[in-house]
Amino acid sequence: MSKHTEQTPDRRQLLKAALRYGTLGLLGATGGATLFPKQKSAAQNTVWQIDPEICVACGNCATYCVLEESAVKCVHAYAMCGYCRICFGFFGPEPLDINEGAENQLCPTGAIKRTFVENPYYEYTIDESLCMGCGKCVKGCNTFGNGSLYLQVRHDRCLNCNECSIAAACPSGAYKRVPADKPYLLKKVDSAE
Amino acid sequence: MIRHNYTIISIAVLLLSSGIASGFERFPPPDFESGYVHPSPTTPNPRQDIYEYIDTAVLFAALGLSSYLVLKTRRRRFIFVLSLLSLFYFGFWRRGCVCPIGAIQNVALSIFDKDYAVPVAVMLFFLLPLVFTLFFGRTFCAAVCPLGAIQDVVHLRHTPVPEWLENGLRLFAYVYLAAAILFAATGSAFIICRYDPFVSFFRMSGNLNMLILGGCFLFVGLFIGRPYCRFVCPYGVILRQLSRISKWRVTITPDDCIKCRLCEDSCPFGAIREPTAEAPTHDYIKSRKLLAFLILLLPPLVLSLGWVGYTLRPVTSRMHATVRLADRIYLEETGQVEDTTDASTAFRATGREIKDLYAEALDIQAGFGLGGWLFGGFVGLVIALKLIGLSLRRQRTDYEAERAGCLACGRCFEYCPKEHVKRKLAKETIVKADENSD
Repeated sequence: MSKHTEQTPDRRQLLKAALRYGTLGLLGATGGATLFPKQKSAAQNTVWQIDPEICVACGNCATYCVLEESAVKCVHAYAMCGYCRICFGFFGPEPLDINEGAENQLCPTGAIKRTFVENPYYEYTIDESLCMGCGKCVKGCNTFGNGSLYLQVRHDRCLNCNECSIAAACPSGAYKRVPADKPYLLKKVDSAE
Repeated sequence: MIRHNYTIISIAVLLLSSGIASGFERFPPPDFESGYVHPSPTTPNPRQDIYEYIDTAVLFAALGLSSYLVLKTRRRRFIFVLSLLSLFYFGFWRRGCVCPIGAIQNVALSIFDKDYAVPVAVMLFFLLPLVFTLFFGRTFCAAVCPLGAIQDVVHLRHTPVPEWLENGLRLFAYVYLAAAILFAATGSAFIICRYDPFVSFFRMSGNLNMLILGGCFLFVGLFIGRPYCRFVCPYGVILRQLSRISKWRVTITPDDCIKCRLCEDSCPFGAIREPTAEAPTHDYIKSRKLLAFLILLLPPLVLSLGWVGYTLRPVTSRMHATVRLADRIYLEETGQVEDTTDASTAFRATGREIKDLYAEALDIQAGFGLGGWLFGGFVGLVIALKLIGLSLRRQRTDYEAERAGCLACGRCFEYCPKEHVKRKLAKETIVKADENSD
């Protein structure tokens, strides 16, 4: 504070002080009202997640994420899987042969591993380091199969941007903020019926 | 044979299901005889809450330190080092999220949307710099904001911006703030985050367009000090107003101003005001008439721009995904377009009534109508007050840092000979001699 203002605590100074503490009170009130609202439960942190029931597997997740390699990956609800020999999430539309050859696979990065369990069942697991979240397998599995493959935001990768750029590009509105203590919307066997 | 099977299955399935949203158990999960147990999906946790507390603590510490450096230590070098640390921590380490600028939108959304609660850390990020500005001026801008710091780092040589251009361009920041609040409050988009030019540098990845925009800002920033802060930053708009009533402020000189004019060109942000001429040169009656005219202009300007904002609601509401979808469905229903989009296909697959969608879209549009009045009215008010402010004359006896525009960067400190005396870099007599010869 300069000497000048100390000597003349005039009206302007008084007005400024009043405005200052008024604003401070207003900020406090805004903070209090938004942090401790009457209707809402406690203000809690949220993260982004895909509702698998709404998702249409359009493929935007693979390209719109701000990360070079999308935070969205395919996950597998094993309990829903039919363990089919001919999996529509694994094989392309017109496979040359029913085996693991790359030319037969639907996944562009070969991220789905097919292993024999017992006759005639096969297990399909997803190698997340290869998956890019394009949702091709999800579309195949949902259209022709049980819908056990679906997309989820993987929170070990997600930056939790204030505005998720995939959410902005999502055509079906499947992206939503979910409470951080329940960060996944996993498909259950019940929801399939 | 296999192809044949596929064709049959696909035709059958296509007939059965129109959408793909929900798979159902076409193939019942098998009972395994070999004792196979299916694995359960992994669910890696989000990054931990503890980081948010650390972020808030770092923000508080940085604000405190910045205020101390600006008002007490008065060393540009230290302020610059602190801003580099902030750039590294909030920018490159924490990747630019969450920042006080974007927090405006979270707060706006939580006020208007009853279902959205703003996290405590985000609220503190919004409030802390405001409170510090109320007391110490814009010390947040000086050394804490990573967006300011990245522009300060590249700033090479400053070119003065003419005052009329500065005032005109700054209007954009006000419009941007109003638009950001409008779109956040209606739940349409967080445009501050979407068009943040520097966050793609912090993340080292991102949309090409934004990368180019960020590059442009940095290029302009080589010659014009902090273009984003001065002409775009919506948080800066709020900080400007609070800085006007701050308790303490940045002073160029640690002592009395000797009007040596050395600091005159030192500010890259054009925030230094020179003393006014002692005898007023302007015509009192003329300027009083102008002032009366401008004050009378205020209500019609506010109302007319408010009306413009209201009329633009069909355009502005298209930022909302539901309104866009309703528009699209309307075009498809009335046969104005042939094809469908991903969004319209997804909507039809849900089996929702189109009537409901239209009703929801109209509801949102009505919200944009009210928002449009407020948006336009605010812009009108800002323009009118700016014109009134420009027509008022204040007496200044010293070289001063303008309260609102000063970013507290501390560049001017070292230009003041009194500062050199204080630091014992120059002798009092030299300054005195200089003063006398003036």
